[in-house]
Amino acid sequence: MTTPDEQPSEAPPLVRPYVITKGRGLPDDEQLSLITLVTAADDEQRRPTRRLTPEEQGLLELCAAGYLTVAELAGHTRLPLGVVRILLSGLTEGGFVIVRPPVERASLVDARILEEVLNGLQAKFG
Amino acid sequence: MDSRPSLDERAYVRGGETQTAVKILVVGHFAVGKTTFIGSISEITPLSTEERMTRAGEAVDDLKGVKGKTTTTVAMDFGRLTLSDRVVLYLFGTPGQLRFVQMWEDMARGALGALVLVDPDRLADSFAVIDLIEQYGLDYAIAVNRFDGTPVYEEAALRDALDLLDDTPVVTCDARDEKSSADALITLVRHLLDRAN
Repeated sequence: MTTPDEQPSEAPPLVRPYVITKGRGLPDDEQLSLITLVTAADDEQRRPTRRLTPEEQGLLELCAAGYLTVAELAGHTRLPLGVVRILLSGLTEGGFVIVRPPVERASLVDARILEEVLNGLQAKFG
Repeated sequence: MDSRPSLDERAYVRGGETQTAVKILVVGHFAVGKTTFIGSISEITPLSTEERMTRAGEAVDDLKGVKGKTTTTVAMDFGRLTLSDRVVLYLFGTPGQLRFVQMWEDMARGALGALVLVDPDRLADSFAVIDLIEQYGLDYAIAVNRFDGTPVYEEAALRDALDLLDDTPVVTCDARDEKSSADALITLVRHLLDRAN
């Protein structure tokens, strides 16, 4: 199997971030938080109105095989987080990717989730 | 365009369509062992993302006693732990420097809590980190990372020095050791649960 190290990711430093993002600004943080899960959409959901950039194509291919978080996509592509967010925002609008933002914090939800986390850690390492 | 190599299937979040992703921050001052901690416990090779930050802070990083740290970009390391069919936990290592406040907001939003790694030899360096954690309203536990040759410390003195609340847990851990790191996390989550109930 291949590792992210083998990906042709040498190009980004030569291109200034705003060129990659075509000058678009940062999207709403809530929607694309660090741990928002992202996966590629089915072909029929896509609304191809333009050609994808190589960076967008790269992100799409990365998440074609399953779910990754926004942070993981940034880590694997070695693009700055802000750039990845902007690209994903465009890909979401075009129906290319589906995002699952994390659940909002609420104390009741928290207690249930914390119990799951605790049980999970104890089962794994206890 | 060339077809890019895809990732190993283990790189993906198993059951991503139903998983709830949660995060805990692993914080601490410069070179305290955050990356080591995350690496010892993560199921994936820790990843790093960076934000382009101003280089204005370059000259003020306190390199005293810290060898081989010349990073000028702000990178945060993170790892992942699939805990059940429903929950996947992300651990984000956050630089404690004050000038990265924007990144802190990003990290703190929605975090369950924080584990503060502390080097007993550089206690004063942890003040700013703890201040930030408190400022963002995150509950936390202190994990004293024992490096070889670090002085033995008295818990009472450490609590006093860090001005901790009585119920803030203090544990000793070896960030290089999986079990030891896991125990520190379990202590934190127990504390968070106490606070939530």
